[in-house]
Amino acid sequence: MQLQVHDGVVVVKLGGELGHHEVETIRNEIEAELERTGHRGLVMSFRDIDFVDSSALGLILGRYRTVTERHGRMALCEVNESLARLFELSGLRRILPVTATVDEALQLVREG
Amino acid sequence: MMNRELQTKVAVDNYLRLQFPAQSENESLARVAVASFAAQLDPTMEQLTELKTAVSEAVTNAIIHGYVDSPGEVRIECAIHQGVVEVVIEDDGVGIEDIEQARQPLYTSRPELERSGMGITIMENFVDELVIESIPEHGTKVRMRKRMAPVLDGQ
Ligand SMILES: Nc1ncnc2c1ncn2[C@@H]1O[C@H](COP(=O)(O)OP(=O)(O)O)[C@@H](O)[C@H]1O
Ligand SMILES: [Mg+2]
Repeated sequence: MQLQVHDGVVVVKLGGELGHHEVETIRNEIEAELERTGHRGLVMSFRDIDFVDSSALGLILGRYRTVTERHGRMALCEVNESLARLFELSGLRRILPVTATVDEALQLVREG
Repeated sequence: MMNRELQTKVAVDNYLRLQFPAQSENESLARVAVASFAAQLDPTMEQLTELKTAVSEAVTNAIIHGYVDSPGEVRIECAIHQGVVEVVIEDDGVGIEDIEQARQPLYTSRPELERSGMGITIMENFVDELVIESIPEHGTKVRMRKRMAPVLDGQ
């Protein structure tokens, strides 16, 4: 996982496996970064993930809760086919924007 | 003809059994092992990903819901018969009181763990057949079946 800050927005680039075992550390690191920087915008990129299950949905919805509690905005990007299918099944797209690139996601988050 | 013989060969029955302590470190190993076993049927990447995801959901459920993060054992049995893979994931945990409720999309008994309540819905969508049997205080058995290879003539 890579954490960066772009112009007041925290950008998380996820890679590897996103199952129950893996998401716990990821959650803690994102929460710590939001806390440390005080930023309210969050972009999550899934470009380098090899495996995903419903644990990723929990991770995303949990961060959405944190960000909206702080009146911030969040967007997702670079979603592969497997994750897109999980979004479809869960209706997550009705809550969160999904874009093709990090730049588009950043733009959406900044507009708010 | 050659091809036909090869296909007949892969339809021969085979099985794999796994048992391991209910620790989250083992989730990855379990789903990878089952997917590797099923790969002998020469499925598409999509079929394999679907099976792996469904197994991951059931194993995770055994660990976090069945044993509620206390010690226990998860057992998996996989078998192949005529191009269909059957996977049974079993725990001796707390069991499910109301299976209908558990199957509802977005229902979770552990929202504090950031569970999404989509695990069983994903399993239902990713395999051809899903049967959940559970006895409260005794455990849960999830049986899934998925066709991984085309139906051959004369089967
Ligand atoms: N092996 C199991 N043992 C006990 N309860 C289970 C088991 N599997 C599923 N459940 C129950 O079914 C509910 C729904 O499961 P699931 O759809 O995977 O959602 P989640 O895991 O996100 O809670 C769980 O919250 C739990 O109450
Ligand atoms: Mg689950």
